[in-house]
Amino acid sequence: MGLWQRFTLIFKSKANKALDKAEDPRETLDYSYEKQLELLQKVRRGVADVATSRKRLELQLAQLQQQSDKLEGQAKAALAGGREDLAREALTRRSGLATQIADLQTQHAQLADQEEKLVAASQRLQAKVEAFRTKKETIKATYSAAEAQTKINEAFSGISEELGDVGMAMQRAEDKTAQMQARGQAIDELLASGALEDSTGTSKDSITLELERMASGSDVESQLAALKAEVSGAPAAPAIEAPAAAPVADEKQA
Amino acid sequence: MLIRILGEGQFIVPDDELAEINRLDAELEAALKTSEDNFRQALDALLDKVREVGVRPPADHLEESSVILPFADASEDDIRDMLNEDGLIPG
Repeated sequence: MGLWQRFTLIFKSKANKALDKAEDPRETLDYSYEKQLELLQKVRRGVADVATSRKRLELQLAQLQQQSDKLEGQAKAALAGGREDLAREALTRRSGLATQIADLQTQHAQLADQEEKLVAASQRLQAKVEAFRTKKETIKATYSAAEAQTKINEAFSGISEELGDVGMAMQRAEDKTAQMQARGQAIDELLASGALEDSTGTSKDSITLELERMASGSDVESQLAALKAEVSGAPAAPAIEAPAAAPVADEKQA
Repeated sequence: MLIRILGEGQFIVPDDELAEINRLDAELEAALKTSEDNFRQALDALLDKVREVGVRPPADHLEESSVILPFADASEDDIRDMLNEDGLIPG
């Protein structure tokens, strides 16, 4: 037996269990319709849940991106200050973040895909439920209980398959959302612990502190140089540049 | 023939395409025992074929499908789980 044949059999046996049948087939119709409306409600709530998770993920992505940009700025500042070690540290942290960001982006794409499918599924289901309602009223009005059976079975198997499909789609979306929430929780904790410095900027990370020390340090150095110049009566800076200037002087002599 | 791709809905597929679809299904079946990559390729090929030659029935059409195919992002494990749950395939 081919794969799809087995798959079809299993799915149908499951879908048929989804709707219980009552004694009077026409009662079954009303009962089944109630169940369909319930599922439709559930699917709409499911769509809202997935959208909430997606938005939360977007917020976290923005925070991580902001942090990454900040580290890049710090790396530049550190390099400008001649601190390659500090720049390296900032870039290392940034590449750690890049992995997180890429990971979250993948998850985000998957979640958005689930959301899109669930929205489409809920629209499909709505059309089918509406069609079922029309059929149900026709069957009740036109056929006797005995005659109705065949018609009901047709409408029934069509709708149970749709219900089974949408039910599974919901389950998958819920699983994905649950994973995402666990993941989001972990990132929130990471942000809160200061491992990824929070973007509110209330606390200073070690690189920021070091850059500030550098800034005040070079301030001291330049003041010191100025003082030395005053005391010796000669400008301090040219002494450092002298070797570079030498070849130019040679050229002039030649 | 009416074919449902789980998560996507139904497609009306012309009967003269069934031979090709059966062939792709046999490939999927074979791929299930090899690697995840092979499996993914085979599933994509099968579903793409159905989407390509299939036509959507009207939104309010209520009819049981002849064939039900797995959802597009199903993993090998998903398929095995579904097939095993009802004990059709031992092991």
